[in-house]
Amino acid sequence: MAVVDHAETQARGTKPAPEGNVLDVRDLRMRYGTKDVLTGVNFTAHPGEVVALLGPNGAGKTTTIEILEGFRMRSAGDVSVLGVDPAHGDENWRARLGVVLQSWRDHGKWKVRELLQHLGLYYAPYSTDHITRPWDADELVAAVGLTEHADKKISRLSGGQRRRLDVAIGIVGRPELLFLDEPTAGFDPEARREFHDLVHQLADAATTILLTTHDLDEAEKLADRILILAGGTIIADGSADELARRMSTEAEVKWTVDGQRFVHSTSDATEFVRQLFAQHDDKLADLEVRRASLEDTYMAMVQQFESGRQEAAVREFEVVTR
Amino acid sequence: MTSTTAAVRAGLARGRAEVRQTLTNGQDLWNYIFPSMVFLIVMFFMRDSTVPGTTFSLGSRTLPSVIGMGIAFGGLVTLMMQLAVEREDGTLLRAKAIPNGMLGYLIGKIVTVSGMTVVAQSIVLIPSLFMLDGITIDWFTLIWVMALGLVATLPLGAVAGSMFSNTRNTGIIMLPVMGLVAISGIFYPISAMPEWVQGLAQVFPIYWLGLGMRSAMLPDGLSAVEIGESWRHLEMLGVLGAWAAAGLIVAPMVLRRMARRESGSSVAERREKAMQRVT
Repeated sequence: MAVVDHAETQARGTKPAPEGNVLDVRDLRMRYGTKDVLTGVNFTAHPGEVVALLGPNGAGKTTTIEILEGFRMRSAGDVSVLGVDPAHGDENWRARLGVVLQSWRDHGKWKVRELLQHLGLYYAPYSTDHITRPWDADELVAAVGLTEHADKKISRLSGGQRRRLDVAIGIVGRPELLFLDEPTAGFDPEARREFHDLVHQLADAATTILLTTHDLDEAEKLADRILILAGGTIIADGSADELARRMSTEAEVKWTVDGQRFVHSTSDATEFVRQLFAQHDDKLADLEVRRASLEDTYMAMVQQFESGRQEAAVREFEVVTR
Repeated sequence: MTSTTAAVRAGLARGRAEVRQTLTNGQDLWNYIFPSMVFLIVMFFMRDSTVPGTTFSLGSRTLPSVIGMGIAFGGLVTLMMQLAVEREDGTLLRAKAIPNGMLGYLIGKIVTVSGMTVVAQSIVLIPSLFMLDGITIDWFTLIWVMALGLVATLPLGAVAGSMFSNTRNTGIIMLPVMGLVAISGIFYPISAMPEWVQGLAQVFPIYWLGLGMRSAMLPDGLSAVEIGESWRHLEMLGVLGAWAAAGLIVAPMVLRRMARRESGSSVAERREKAMQRVT
């Protein structure tokens, strides 16, 4: 009997998302008053994938993530999160999600372990054959590296420790999908590195993670796949390597002839340099070939975006990436 | 165990934990003790005056009235402040991110505020029993009036707390509440007021909580100085019951609307504003 039930559960479990996508966003649009913030966002995420939503401030990253969390109603488009439309997500759906919120001073009088134990109570009825909920408070405290502060009042934690607690709260229900909105904003480099280790651990445990960041370096370090959001739409989608390869079509060549400096941009650096040698031979000196990195291209785009030339920036970026 | 049961149990545990926390930190203890001290001193100096037309101590008459007022304050003001603060600091958003978290949060808040009210009123009541004469407690009346009083005022506090996203604006509510205290016969018998003021005071719960507590703690003979020369338990049940019913209908709607609008960015926005206030 139990075996049959089990099999049925599994069969049913696979039905809602036939392609196996944890996240499936199609033509998502959001308008505030007359301002279009999202003008057609499309992306998906597979189970266990770590996806970074990268973009300049004000690009709509937080709006996107809040729609997926079910905290904000969208204007239009089809969205499926764990096979459910977040606008109609029930508590059963909610129990499978983790949301890491930026804490400030809430629950200041609670102790770290006490709060995790308490919040875990809500998840106990949602255990399944595969996932035991909630995460044991002591194990969780250890997993986020707060063991020595477990009995400290939360108001006495440092900023970095609080952030670890935020993550612990986000994962106390052993979520299948975890949302992290600007997780390392305001971190010092040490705290940032520790946080990155923590995200890697979660990713190893097959949790699907969607994080937003405006920091390309962070996206490269954490994500299997980077989505660049700008001008209300996803303008690039791929692994850091893929994006870099797609964008490195332009290269800058620098050289000197008889002490005079020259600079030239070209899409075929090898051929250009071959010609240089043919022309100048041993008069050629100080040769330098530099491909535009992903970061160069991204930074240029952000600068243009922030100086108000949004559409031009997006178009340029699209030209480069395609 | 169903998920709702789990949330109800978690809410009860949350309330217990929060009441315990208020007993172990200086700020909260001060908030309990300071107003109680003020009332005790006031009643101490009133103890030798008499209720007009009787030989009964005015101080002893004030004790139950103050406790009635304290219950109304607990339900209304304490809950309002906590909701406003916890909305600003993101406690509510955390509850929203958890399965059945809002249910647990609300149950927790009701337990917390009720517990805090009981603690605060005990701090007034217990020393008073040694200081004042003529108090005889009818526990049955005390408990039902207190329970009904909390049910009548808590939803009002929840509605008020949902209306203000900025904790500083809660002061707007305090002014009319103070005005109501002044006309509700707490520190001086209401019969001294003009009749239209008496009529106004009798619409609101504070007067009835004061009356109810007096009926639970004073000798029956003292009902003679009340309106209608009676403790009027039936009318009390009617007015407090009406507030409770109205509140229980309206509060969930207002709370739901408030909760729907909570998101990470709305909390972040309030944090920005609060930070600007500090600097």
